[in-house]
Amino acid sequence: MNMHTTPQRTPAETALIDAFGERLSLLPGDGAVMLKRDDAIEAIKSGLPTRRIESWHYTDLRRLLISVPDFDPAAVAKAIAPIVEGSSVLPVLNGVSSMKLPDIEGVAVQRLSEKLTDGSAASGLESYGSDDAIGALNTAFVADGYFVDIADGAQLDKPVELQNLQAGGQSHVRLTVRVGTGAKAVVVERQTGEGAALVSSVSQLVLGEGAEVTWLVVQEQPDTATHLAQFKAHLGKNSKLTLFVMNAGGKLVRQEVVVKTTGEGAEFTLRGINLLAGDTHSDVTMVLDHAVPHTASTEVIRNVVTGRARGVFQGRINVHQYAQKTNAKMACNTLLLSDDGEFSTKPELEIFADDVVCGHGATVTEIDHGHLFYLMARGIDEKTARGLLVKAFVAEVIEELDDEAIVEALEARLDNWFVAHG
Amino acid sequence: MLEIRNLHARIVDDGTEIIRGLNLSVKAGEVAAIMGPNGSGKSTLSYILAGREDYEVTEGDILYNGQSILDMDPAERATAGIFLAFQYPMEIPGVATMEFLKVAMNEQRKARGEEPLKIPEFLKRVKEAAASLNMDMAMLKRPLNVGFSGGEKKRAEILQMKLLEPKLCVLDETDSGLDIDALKIVADGVNTLRSPDRAIVVITHYQRLLQYIVPDTVHVLYRGQVIKSGDKSLALDLEANGYAGVIGQAA
Repeated sequence: MNMHTTPQRTPAETALIDAFGERLSLLPGDGAVMLKRDDAIEAIKSGLPTRRIESWHYTDLRRLLISVPDFDPAAVAKAIAPIVEGSSVLPVLNGVSSMKLPDIEGVAVQRLSEKLTDGSAASGLESYGSDDAIGALNTAFVADGYFVDIADGAQLDKPVELQNLQAGGQSHVRLTVRVGTGAKAVVVERQTGEGAALVSSVSQLVLGEGAEVTWLVVQEQPDTATHLAQFKAHLGKNSKLTLFVMNAGGKLVRQEVVVKTTGEGAEFTLRGINLLAGDTHSDVTMVLDHAVPHTASTEVIRNVVTGRARGVFQGRINVHQYAQKTNAKMACNTLLLSDDGEFSTKPELEIFADDVVCGHGATVTEIDHGHLFYLMARGIDEKTARGLLVKAFVAEVIEELDDEAIVEALEARLDNWFVAHG
Repeated sequence: MLEIRNLHARIVDDGTEIIRGLNLSVKAGEVAAIMGPNGSGKSTLSYILAGREDYEVTEGDILYNGQSILDMDPAERATAGIFLAFQYPMEIPGVATMEFLKVAMNEQRKARGEEPLKIPEFLKRVKEAAASLNMDMAMLKRPLNVGFSGGEKKRAEILQMKLLEPKLCVLDETDSGLDIDALKIVADGVNTLRSPDRAIVVITHYQRLLQYIVPDTVHVLYRGQVIKSGDKSLALDLEANGYAGVIGQAA
């Protein structure tokens, strides 16, 4: 956000700044929260990021964010069933959390609007750097969400599903989860709805010592929506986080993943599938800090690109100077199915320690003709055979999750996408 | 059932001609063995029958039940009843074997205007076929051919053949990579498919497989042509005297 390169405001920038003035009196927050909001809107006033900002090089937000819808107080988002039956559901409907919260053993849930009003959420509103447009947008406008506290030692046998459901207009939501020592949980983050919405959603996760979490982001916005999301996590000693990101919708999507290993023995696994169709622009940008010794991570991203879609994966791994014995491996594989589609991959390893194992690889391929011939030679017509092979390419990543209920649920979402776009 | 007339075919990529005026006729109920030294065009012939796009027919025709198949894609040929048991079956990660079998069987049924199989009926058929080939059902839960040994892949090919019940079976070097026990099981699997309305073309380098799948006719392929045809005694002759004699006579 460089003032000198943005001499004139775009309609979207103007709309955001005007909306802030109009919304201000409605936004919850004590003095500390309101100061954070003021800082955030100042950042937006200095301009949305352009391709000149390195981390936004492939997603020129200033150019791509053409218009910003007004807030729509009349919009009514419909509640939906969770992807795994029996999950505890925490819905946010058009930016507003539920008054009626489910009773989940070992889990304390608070509405974020209350924590903004009393100021206890202020410290969580930090942005992580000068290029944090999503953090700034969210901090300026966030009105609600949830604060979920999973008690030490709690072992949740069913997932907790956080739903951010929109029906047009704007919604700015924050989902904060703290997982206690030795606790174990599956968290599903659903991002969907209908309408030409602008959504910003920031998820914050803190894992205590030895905690184990599988977090699934299932993003299925309509192809009219702009979805700007951030997932930030701190991994304590010997904790394990498996983050699965499925991007299967949206017109303009940026999902940032910001993870820091803060305790020795922490393990981070990122698995992502990007299913890109139509003229979507979808960006997954990860910044991973191995900040202490003896931590490990693997990242595998699989992309399917059809139509005129454009996709981006940026994966940056920083290995700090004292983070010896770091083990990090990153791969990004793309199946490019149309001449007009494109995918940009930018892996970056910045290593300041001298005793580490780090690697990355990227491939772009078409459907394997030998595989296609084999399936067709068994009487499977070309369209069905191609569909099977494309699905197989991404299903491999899902199957790694190794939990039958989750795998089935995600494959159902996958089928849903293929029915609509196959 | 199968009539190949003066077939010429080349590799699309580099134009190399592999099949050079091949004639072959196989009747319903017949088991025909195609033998020949390495590089004679045996595997190419099997791929051309199945419709692989890497090869281009430049002259001649392939008739199946009196109709040319040259304009049919591999799926159309398969649903018409042509089956190729691959020499090197593809490993396809992410495609579960059972799912693949179900889709293949039902796609073929759909093309013939039949209802899809109900799940219990499908499972019953797969279990029976797997048992007859001494295959573990656990293997079929894995992705298609992934991590299968050479012998397991060949059995899986025969399993598919049994389930799809083709009319023209082409077996490309099905004996390669099999130990003697596996060879017997696979040969038994093929023999149970012998029937008056089905033709089987066995492509092999060695006579060994033909001890277990006894052919009605034997054809020697050399430089893209059938240079000699005979009955099963021709295979024994080749085993005893090698290909040199037959090639010498033809030259």
